[in-house]
Formats: sequence, C-alpha cells, structure tokens
Amino acid sequence: MDRAIRVLVAKAGLDGHDRGAKVVARALRDAGMEVIYTGLRQSPEMIAEAAVQEDVDAVGLSLLSGAHMTIFPEVLRLLREKGGDDILLTGGGCIGDEDMVELREQGVGELFGPGASTREIVDYIRDEVGRRRQLQENS
Amino acid sequence: MLETHIDQTLTAFFAGDRRAAARLMTAVENGGPAAEAVLEALYPKLTGAPRLGVTGPPGVGKSTLVDALARHHRGLDRRVGVVAVDPTSPFTGGAVLGDRVRMNDLATDPGVFIRSMATRGSLGGLARTSKEVVDVLEAFGHDLLIIETVGVGQTEMDIAGTADTTVVVLSPESGDSIQAMKAGLMEAADVLVVNKADRPGADQMVRTLEADLHMRPAADWTPPVIRTVASSGDGLADLTAAVDAHHRYLTGSGDLERRRHARVRVEILAVLRDRLWRRAQRDLTDHVPGWTEKVLAGEATPYTAARAMLAALIDDDPEDDE
Repeated sequence: MDRAIRVLVAKAGLDGHDRGAKVVARALRDAGMEVIYTGLRQSPEMIAEAAVQEDVDAVGLSLLSGAHMTIFPEVLRLLREKGGDDILLTGGGCIGDEDMVELREQGVGELFGPGASTREIVDYIRDEVGRRRQLQENS
Repeated sequence: MLETHIDQTLTAFFAGDRRAAARLMTAVENGGPAAEAVLEALYPKLTGAPRLGVTGPPGVGKSTLVDALARHHRGLDRRVGVVAVDPTSPFTGGAVLGDRVRMNDLATDPGVFIRSMATRGSLGGLARTSKEVVDVLEAFGHDLLIIETVGVGQTEMDIAGTADTTVVVLSPESGDSIQAMKAGLMEAADVLVVNKADRPGADQMVRTLEADLHMRPAADWTPPVIRTVASSGDGLADLTAAVDAHHRYLTGSGDLERRRHARVRVEILAVLRDRLWRRAQRDLTDHVPGWTEKVLAGEATPYTAARAMLAALIDDDPEDDE
C-alpha cells in the first residue's frame, strides 16, 4: 500500500541548535512525508513514547551536544522495550566515524554528519522504510 | 494490515497495549477493508466519553491551551486522548505536524495519548478519518477526547459535527482577520476563547465578539466569551467551567442526543458511500474506457453511461462483495 511515510524528528539532549532538525523536517515534508516535529530538549523517554503513539516508520534525531553515545542507544533500548523494534532510528550531528560504526552495530541506522545533503537523507529514509515495510508484509 | 495481524493487534489493544492502539489508528487512517474491520470490532467498546473540539486560526495558542486543558483533567485523574490535525501540503502531500512541541509536559504521561494527523487532502480542517481515530482513543478507555484543528473561517462546521462541544480560540491579534472568518467561526462555536488575554487588544476583542453574539437570533445557548492565558494557566478554570456548563446544557436540553443521532446518520451514510465507491471502483473501472469512447462517438451521454453501469452494479450478486 502506498501510504505516507511518517517520521518523528526530534532534538535530543540539551543543546538548543535546532536549525538542522528544521531543515531536515522541511525536506522530508517536501518529499511527501508526514513529519512529527517535537522540538527541543527531548529526553529518550519522550522520543520513544512519541514514536510509539504516532506509529512512525522512522525516528530522526538531531544531536550536536556530543551525547550521541548515550542517547542513541537509550532511545533504541526504549523503542524495543515499547514494542517499536521495527522503527528505524536514524539521525545526524557531529558524530565521529568510529562512533557511527559502533552505533550501527548496535542497530542504529545510517547517521549523517556535517555536509550531508537533505537529498541523501530523504533517499535513505524512503529506501530503508520501503525495505522494512516490504519485509513486514512478507512476514 | 493483514487479517491475522488485525486480530492479534486487537487482542493486544484490549489488553491495554499502546503500541497496538497506535497501529490500529494507522490502519483506520489508511482506510479500506482493514479500517472497517477494526472499527467494527471497536464499536461496542465506545463509551460516549465527551468530545471537545478546539479550533481557531494559526498561532492563537490552541496547542498550548489543549496542553493546559489536558493537564487540568489529568489533575482530576481523567485519561485524556488528543488528536491534533494539521494541513497536508497540497503540492507535495507532505506535512509538518508540530503540535507536540507545545505538549511536552504530557509526552510521558501514561494517562495521555497524543496522535498527530495530516488532513491528507480533505477540506474542512479535519482529516477524513479523524473521527475514527478518536473512536480508537475512546475505545481505549480515555475519559475525555480533544480534537485540535486549524480553522480559518468557513470550514469549522466539520469539527462541530464531530465534537460535542466546540471551543473556538482567538487571540487579541486576530482582530483584523476576524471579519472574514466571522460567519463560520460564530456558527461553530459553543464556547469562545480569547487567549493571550494579557496582551493589548484583548478587551477590544472580547467586546467585538460579545457585540457580535448579541446580534444573533435568541437561542437556548449563547456561547460565553472566556479570557485565558494558556501559558500561565490563567482563565483555565473559567474555560473548563464553561465547557462543563455546555455539556450540562447539551444533556439537559436533549441536544446531545440529537447531535449524536445526526452523527450516527452521517456515519452510516459515509460507510455506505465508501463501500459503494470501493465496489464501483472494483467492478466498473474496466467499463469506463468503453463508455468514454461511446460518449465521444455520440452514441451515449455520460448519463446513460452512468445509468447502465449502476444497473450492472446493482444486479450483481451481493454475496460476492468482498
């Protein structure tokens, strides 16, 4: 079924720089997605709970504070705890290559650093969500 | 959603699983046979909990007000379900749904469930399926349902048809634009709110609204004009008192019964229309090109074509419907 892709976009942690998150939210909207924007200073609990209530296909976290090695795994854990293990967790910020690899190993999706284009992000979310929906329909 | 999935999800839903509730809302929102199966299973669980509609122009503080109202009712230990509707872009089909930004305090409260919806091309400010999503929240055991939509004039009747009580929210800055929206707003409103009432122009706004109300024909219920400052909670007690008073009026006058009666009627017609249309699409789409050629060749008119196709549809054995 060709239903709209729903994405939660959240600013996790304590830094207040939300320009990036807003640019991404707009790009996703312009690509025909329904974006639930939750704003600044979201705790992992708030993010996971909102993702479940909104039944999103993907969660995109913007994180510039350096707390990514704490927040991504915690959101992932809470998503799984709440039965949202099929939800794609992705995001971006100032995240080093080594950290990206480690987070990917834990089950986080692609992460985007400075210089990534909104096009890359849109394409990735569309492809990955499409793949996961396909898997679920065949299961 | 597949049929086996629906049954499992319904079982989890009735056991109080929030993820299941969210999934059922998605099924309902996406429509089709799955939606109907879900709604049919939930229908006996509807409790008749009060439904509050909150509408008004963008930027007047609707979400902040809904947040404050929900917190008030949480204080009374009522479970609150919120459906927040924002417009879909007609150009891209996408939407940014930002109402949760103002509802962060409720985000992790297990007694609150917030669902954002895009209008997906429906006019009237309400998404086509928002009533059904509210049904899911109601069947999940919420004691109060709040539906928030953007309303800018002639389109509020939609929400008035879904909610028991419609609250129209304005701000002092709504002054100039109110002329254009007066008709629709005034007819939809059961309670009027001037939010951000600590700002200049609030008194003027209240007077304008009250003057307008005086010009209406006498009615059993005259919408009160309430001042609030949603961000500080000022006036909130007045607002909830007004909503409660309206609910008492509805119950006492038999109006609630009439509204719900009308709602069920609309619902039956909507389901009927939906089914007929699905069946027409399934059975008749192949015939349309042939009839198109005939009409273009002057051998038929669109009316004879439609009549012939409708006759074919009705003659079909109803047993093979789905």
